[in-house]
Amino acid sequence: MTMVAPAPPSSPLGRLRWALADGWTVTRRDIIHWIRQPVALIVNLAFSVMLVLVFGYLFGGAMSVPGGGNYREFLLPGMLVLMMFFSLESTIMAITEDKSKGVTDRFRSMPMSPSAVVLGRATADMLMSVITLVALVACGLAVDWKINRGIGLALAAFGLMLLLRFALLWLGIYLGLMLPNPESVAAVQILVWPLGFLTSVYAPPETMPNWLGTIAEWNPLSSTVSAVRELFGNPGIGGDSWIAQHSILMAVLWPVLITVVFFPLAVRRYQRLSR
Amino acid sequence: MVDQPAVLAEGLIKSYGEKRALDGFDLSVAPGSVHGLLGPNGAGKTTAVRILATLLRLDGGRAEVAGLDVARQPALVRAKIGLVGQSAAVDEVLSGRQNLEMFGRLYHLGPAVARRRADELLDYFGLADTGSKAVKSYSGGMRRRLDLAAGMILRPAVLFLDEPTTGLDPRGRNEVWEAMRALVAAGTTVLLTTQYLDEADQLADRISVIDTGKVIAEGPPSQLKSTIGGDRIEVVLRTPAHLETVVGIVAKVATGEVESIVDDRTVSAPVSDRVAALTEVVRALSDAGIEAEDISLRRPTLDEVFLQLTGHRAEKKEEVAA
Ligand SMILES: Nc1ncnc2c1ncn2[C@@H]1O[C@H](COP(=O)(O)OP(=O)(O)O)[C@@H](O)[C@H]1O
Ligand SMILES: [Mg+2]
Repeated sequence: MTMVAPAPPSSPLGRLRWALADGWTVTRRDIIHWIRQPVALIVNLAFSVMLVLVFGYLFGGAMSVPGGGNYREFLLPGMLVLMMFFSLESTIMAITEDKSKGVTDRFRSMPMSPSAVVLGRATADMLMSVITLVALVACGLAVDWKINRGIGLALAAFGLMLLLRFALLWLGIYLGLMLPNPESVAAVQILVWPLGFLTSVYAPPETMPNWLGTIAEWNPLSSTVSAVRELFGNPGIGGDSWIAQHSILMAVLWPVLITVVFFPLAVRRYQRLSR
Repeated sequence: MVDQPAVLAEGLIKSYGEKRALDGFDLSVAPGSVHGLLGPNGAGKTTAVRILATLLRLDGGRAEVAGLDVARQPALVRAKIGLVGQSAAVDEVLSGRQNLEMFGRLYHLGPAVARRRADELLDYFGLADTGSKAVKSYSGGMRRRLDLAAGMILRPAVLFLDEPTTGLDPRGRNEVWEAMRALVAAGTTVLLTTQYLDEADQLADRISVIDTGKVIAEGPPSQLKSTIGGDRIEVVLRTPAHLETVVGIVAKVATGEVESIVDDRTVSAPVSDRVAALTEVVRALSDAGIEAEDISLRRPTLDEVFLQLTGHRAEKKEEVAA
């Protein structure tokens, strides 16, 4: 049997077809990971669910939501957004591992579509985020979280969370390409966790010391959290500052800004692999 | 064109910032042959391979693979080559078969052909039994063979192998050598980099010795070995007392510079006629009444080849950079 690779397409449409087909092959690799390691997948989801339960029931009694309301109903939108943020780590890890093991180089030495590596990563990570959201929503509904303003606005809320996740993809790919090896991802985790907690996820910024509250309010995660609370009709929206009053606008603007900054940086970093 | 080289490099230059990794690197590999690129750590082997495999842009010179210019036609070059890099570039979670299938799809073979080719290659590289197991559970040698298989999916016109046995135990090394001999028998053009003289000797039709980004010697192994003296005689003394006398004795049969290491009480030198040299040294030692702890004939190490060719030892990376 002779193997002949078809010549690379020269038309834009042909290139798009290759990018989609190859991107899907790369995404499929992650899907095979999930199927071959269901335990890892389940542990991952169970961890998120556990965080909701721990914070909801353990601290729920001690926390009061400004303007009144159930703490678990306040907490869940925050946890959904937080999980979008924490999955930044898995993007960084996947990119760094492939780079340091030479898998990225193998891809680059093959006649595949050059954008497929990134496209495949993006699709796989977005898929995983959808799976995480579904699991957490199921858990939320079980601990008396509610969608109060109808399915249309709820879908918009999910859209905003996935938009944030999409923006974080480029930050993750950029950081993953910058880090020399998978071990150094731990250094990023040290930064990721405080950033995740310095938000309005667990406590309303109004209740924090002044300066801390301001930081938490301007944290891009908080904008998405507030916007999502508003769209779900969950308690805890408030604050008199400009940023707190415009959370839906900022929940769109922040991710767009992050994408505008880090998409070109990630692309440039990828091209620099050949320097 | 019948005589067109499968790989051609002319005056390649590549710098990383201030550091010149390639400094006028030349290479010509005949189709169907195995060419060894032999050099110590930091010599520029990986840089050369990465340029030829379109992974790195060159700063100067010209390179062709299968008649295609690597700088101007990288996409076409990629359809003609296989690359097996320094670390096993396969997915750990996927099985061997799933890895090969994935790469086959990315070569645009289509799912059915990719699957058939994966099975064929698993068979060929002796991995059929373990093809469904996760790569995580593979030994070093198995991983390397899977890596080779992935490089062979397209039956490439040129296969690049960057230090395919570095870091393997002797058993793994043997496995990989056998797999490579099979490839060679099938007529694949191979550019193989290595730090081991005997590996290049065993597998390559021609060898280029590379040092600080330049080729300092080129030829078939036999010719190269005769210029560097082939085998070496090594005498280990009981005490360093007679070192000078022994250097004199060994010099008479040596075909190159005699080396003596006082602390190790060792004298060594290249020789051409193994038996005659050994007999002569043993006789002279006993005439002089010097007792040796050990006398042996052995292959030169890469370090000694370097000393012969360049007059300096293979340097450590840091020293090169300084
Ligand atoms: N990405 C890089 N940045 C800076 N210097 C590099 C880089 N890659 C290699 N070098 C340097 O270039 C020289 C050649 O390296 P390399 O081609 O990897 O050698 P070899 O493969 O023969 O060990 C070495 O001195 C090495 O330190
Ligand atoms: Mg190397």
